[in-house]
Amino acid sequence: MSTITEERPLRRWRPLGATLDWIANLGELVLTWIVALGDISIFTYRTVSWMLTRIPKWGIMLPSFYQIGVLSLPVVALTGTFIGMVLAVQSYDQFRVLGLESRLGAVINMSLMRELGPVLAATMLAGRVGSSMAAELGTMRVTEQIDALASMGSNPIQHLVVPRLIGCVMLIPMLTIMADFMGVVGGHFYSVILLGIDSHHYWSNTQKLVGSFDLFAGLFKSIFFGAAIGIISCHRGFHCSPGAEGVGQAATGAFVYSFVVILIIDLILGILTNMVYYTLWPDAGKLI
Amino acid sequence: MAQSDTNDDKPHAERPLVDIVNMHVSFGNQEVLRGINLGIPRGQTVAIIGESGCGKTVLLKTIIALIHPTRGNVYFDGQNLATLSDRQLTSQRIRFGFLFQMAALFDSMTIAENVAFPLHQHTRKKQGEIDRIVLDRLAEVGLPPSVRKKKPAELSGGMRKRVGLARALVLDPEIMLYDEPTTGLDPIMSDVINELILRTRDNSSVTSIVVTHDMKTARKVADRIVMLYPVSRLKSGESQVILDDVPEAIDNTSDSRVSQFVEGEAGERLMEMKEGHLMSG
Repeated sequence: MSTITEERPLRRWRPLGATLDWIANLGELVLTWIVALGDISIFTYRTVSWMLTRIPKWGIMLPSFYQIGVLSLPVVALTGTFIGMVLAVQSYDQFRVLGLESRLGAVINMSLMRELGPVLAATMLAGRVGSSMAAELGTMRVTEQIDALASMGSNPIQHLVVPRLIGCVMLIPMLTIMADFMGVVGGHFYSVILLGIDSHHYWSNTQKLVGSFDLFAGLFKSIFFGAAIGIISCHRGFHCSPGAEGVGQAATGAFVYSFVVILIIDLILGILTNMVYYTLWPDAGKLI
Repeated sequence: MAQSDTNDDKPHAERPLVDIVNMHVSFGNQEVLRGINLGIPRGQTVAIIGESGCGKTVLLKTIIALIHPTRGNVYFDGQNLATLSDRQLTSQRIRFGFLFQMAALFDSMTIAENVAFPLHQHTRKKQGEIDRIVLDRLAEVGLPPSVRKKKPAELSGGMRKRVGLARALVLDPEIMLYDEPTTGLDPIMSDVINELILRTRDNSSVTSIVVTHDMKTARKVADRIVMLYPVSRLKSGESQVILDDVPEAIDNTSDSRVSQFVEGEAGERLMEMKEGHLMSG
């Protein structure tokens, strides 16, 4: 098939032509991003609209819940354990110099609950769950299964995206709890068992400085992380380019875009939760 | 041309079931369909033929609103499906059956679950009755009960096509759309599919639109043949529909483009390929 090309008489004067081409390319890039932003906004709106009007049957949601939740448990538990241990490894020497190694528990557990547990669990799940969903839906797109669903009078968003979004929003916070718990276990194991830090001081400092607000702040963020992974991964799958290359790009794109959005959401919600925290507890204690 | 919701100019009895009015479809800068005007009455079987890339599948998908026209309108039973809400579209789409080129069976479901899918979605029939209907539909397309627990990947291409046909017919649609139903099949299986298309037409007054580049299929099943020509090869002002007539007309046409396609002659395409090779060095 031929493409329709346009006459560009100004290109005959090279410097001006090159500048104009650069401006046109930049404009095209900006337009592409605006169109993509609009497209995913509409996709999100339609998904949420279907989610609020007709919840899918339990038989359709259960396989998604199993894939997202149950099968992710081992890898999330492993992630959490190693995060806790690595935090202990990296922090111990600096705290020991100051004679504050007993405070390690507070540092490790605060970092886990507020940031590292939710963010690293979400990153792991963006790779495992997000890429998998994008690849599955992308394959359905290139083999016309999504068109077949639509042609039989079912709405593909209601049937395919809503169960996955509900699964991500409900289960990723639960998996974050697992990551936090195993991080606490891993941190305790390395600090107390291997490094010999006093267990009583390890836990009493944790109790003084780490509260339920810290846990819930992390879980609050994880709800949004789950929503981002669900929406972005399904969107990439639905808009997959033809062929095996397209499916691969959809899977890669699902992880990369989910990860970037997770970082942005983490920053915004981190600032917000800190504002709420210091509004509620203006005299809140500091670590040191 | 602004989109209009209904095509109420003609009396109901005269109104075509599918009415395509001055339809254009472009994907970005790439024009695929230009100025298509086509009316398909109820009960007719139309074969849409043309070389690869001329927009046959895109045309088929605009009829069921899987693709929306860039300009112009497509009406189904007087309704412009592209203007309907998701919920209104659902009630119209269950009047269609669509056999996709690669059957488009759902990989994660068994054959029985695939065929039963429209019944679960749109009827309140009990599982026992659904199972009976599924077995009947599979038998109609010549498949034994033993396939119902298999997954699509375990079947041959011909068997998958027949399952796709059973699934498309399960709600007794008013109109059937076939996208290259015999592509990739051996000659015997191709004729089995042709016979199934004919049997479907004979058993009910279903309207059928068959997109194909298989001339044997077109001659065998169609009451009417429409040939599309690629937009990139059209001269200015030429219509993209270069033939719209009974099947016998394709053997008596004076249009060399039609006879070249029907006879399967490479003609100037070969010269273009050779020139392309020389230019690329």
